[in-house]
Amino acid sequence: MKLWLAKQRYLIDFTLASLARRKTRNLGLLLVYTVLVFMLASVTLYTHALRQEAARVLAASPEVIVQRMVAGRHDLIPPGYMEKIGRIRGVQKMEGRLWGYYYDAVTKANYTFMVPAENPPAAGEIVVGPALERSRGLAKNNGISFRSYSGKLHTFIVADVLPQASELVSADLVLMSEQNFRAFFDYPAGHYTDIALSVANPQEVRNVAVKLAAALPDARPILRDEVLRTYASIYDWREGIVLALLSAAILAFGILAWEKASGLSAEEKREIGILKAIGWETGDVIKMKFWEGLLISLTAFLVGFVAAYVHVFHFAASLFEPVLKGWAVLYPRFQLTPHIDGLQVATLFFFTVVPYAAAVLVPIWKAAITDPDSVMRS
Amino acid sequence: MLFQPAIIALLLASALCVLALAASAPFALEVIRRWDIRSGSERQLQLERRTYLFSTLLTFVLALQLASVMLFVFNAEKMSGMFVGAMCAVGTLNVNAFGFPALNAKIAVFFLAAMWLAINHVDSRARDYPLVRIKYALLLALAPLLIASGWVELQYFLGLKADVITSCCGSLFSEGSPTLAAEASALPPVPAMWLFYGSLGAAIAAGAWHGYGGGRSRVAAYALAATSALAFAATIAGILSFVSLYIYEHPNHHCPFCILKPEYGYQGYWLYVPLFGATAAGLAAGAIQPFARIASLRGIVPGFSRNLAAIAAYGFALTAVIATAMIWQSRLILLEH
Repeated sequence: MKLWLAKQRYLIDFTLASLARRKTRNLGLLLVYTVLVFMLASVTLYTHALRQEAARVLAASPEVIVQRMVAGRHDLIPPGYMEKIGRIRGVQKMEGRLWGYYYDAVTKANYTFMVPAENPPAAGEIVVGPALERSRGLAKNNGISFRSYSGKLHTFIVADVLPQASELVSADLVLMSEQNFRAFFDYPAGHYTDIALSVANPQEVRNVAVKLAAALPDARPILRDEVLRTYASIYDWREGIVLALLSAAILAFGILAWEKASGLSAEEKREIGILKAIGWETGDVIKMKFWEGLLISLTAFLVGFVAAYVHVFHFAASLFEPVLKGWAVLYPRFQLTPHIDGLQVATLFFFTVVPYAAAVLVPIWKAAITDPDSVMRS
Repeated sequence: MLFQPAIIALLLASALCVLALAASAPFALEVIRRWDIRSGSERQLQLERRTYLFSTLLTFVLALQLASVMLFVFNAEKMSGMFVGAMCAVGTLNVNAFGFPALNAKIAVFFLAAMWLAINHVDSRARDYPLVRIKYALLLALAPLLIASGWVELQYFLGLKADVITSCCGSLFSEGSPTLAAEASALPPVPAMWLFYGSLGAAIAAGAWHGYGGGRSRVAAYALAATSALAFAATIAGILSFVSLYIYEHPNHHCPFCILKPEYGYQGYWLYVPLFGATAAGLAAGAIQPFARIASLRGIVPGFSRNLAAIAAYGFALTAVIATAMIWQSRLILLEH
């Protein structure tokens, strides 16, 4: 065992020295390799962070949301509807929610108007999200007018601006009192937008949904788990698409690695010829080349991954953001929580190191079987 | 659900393996038909040179297979969040009928690959390559298995539909369901413990017997291979029956996959990695024995076999120690004195 270890150490030593002798050539390959790892790692780190963010945001949302459907479209909850649901075992709390969208012609963006369940603002006052604060240049105690869909102008005083920390969910939010909300949208009295149910036991959620569907055939229960799953699949899918598109880059990199490995310079050929003449076997040359590939791969992987980490978590992934994040007029600004996932690192390794290894295998062998005499004679 | 990064990576690895095997099959046939070590002809020289390429290629393929078993389970574990009813890898593997066959095929390919690599290793160290024909014939036998494994895996991934309601480990490994896994889970802890420690002890003893004999005793090597296979099965049964209960500190949770979860500190990897390594080494020690009498291998097989026996014995010992430590640390009282 000691002998074997010593042998590998000498081989690595030799390989490093030999790599250093051909600096520019190897640096070129290393650079391309690192850039490839950097791109792929940026995509995976970024989507994973987005997934985590979505999961974190949704963790506090109600377990079940019930919407009423009329002709396949979302409709208002009429008075008496909640009583029809009655008491379902396992449901801790049931409340009607009031919210709606408002198109603001000034910023050409949609806002979400909402009546919070707890501590609603006083009549005539609103609380706005940070993106709205930025786009309309609002500050505390400013007044703002919105023209409602009925044509009337409503003026509100900004009582507060929501904190930056919650921006992912509150960017376009406008909170107001129930009375203002109903007046602004001409909302019929006693009607609600949808119903939120909190269920304590996660295993009961599905049963509650089944009971709801049985009691109210026109209701559509939306489960938090389903929303979460949809988000996860969407981000996975986006990541997969980007990776599939980048597979062209992986292929190009494979061809480059093949070219680099097969285009041995006369000097390298002579080196291998001399090594074999002094007693190296074909297997030893292959081992040396194996170490060479491994050292290059690991360096590129490490440097590329660290660069991607910095790119995603310190520079907000500015290169891939538009594709992966989606787009909106009032897009929230948010800081992603750094998170590294083992599966992602393993997957990334499969995407970069495996194609490289596959591409250089044949050229390595071709180099290793060189005849010493033919090389030294030429 | 093909557009999952890990799935793309796994399919990429499978495709590479199948391609490499397809490329080496004609060469294997040529070796079997034309190999003649005594000849100095151009063709023989070329064949000899090419064996280096294909040995390296296959080492790569088999190493890739080993890595992909890990990635496969890891991925199944992670994807469990996407299927209704799935709480760990069991649910994901249960989404369609190809999940568990895909895993089993991968594990089978892993062990066979390890045995092939051992044969390849002793052969390439002998001056006259005495096993070259056998080696490539075995490779041709391994190829359909690898292709089948890749096909099952593809079917599994193609059939992953997020709207399927799958069952979680609680129902699969519960004591009432009519599956082999359930039978093992239903094994009462005391006999399972005897079986677990007994078979691990037997494998360690066989490894020690073979190792201290300088790797010369063929009977000991076969005993090591047989006890390794037994110890593998008994350890899996033991994990199902009682080790998992101690880890979860729950008297009815028998799942062998949940122990890989971060909630349990990835403890499962500590158990499975030495177990798989030791079993592979034990089986490999047996696989090279039929060739121990060949003149040019007489000096090579015993030494290598001894190393394999050492790996197997230490690996099984490590598995036993780790499992015992997990039981020791647990606050569950399964057996009363």
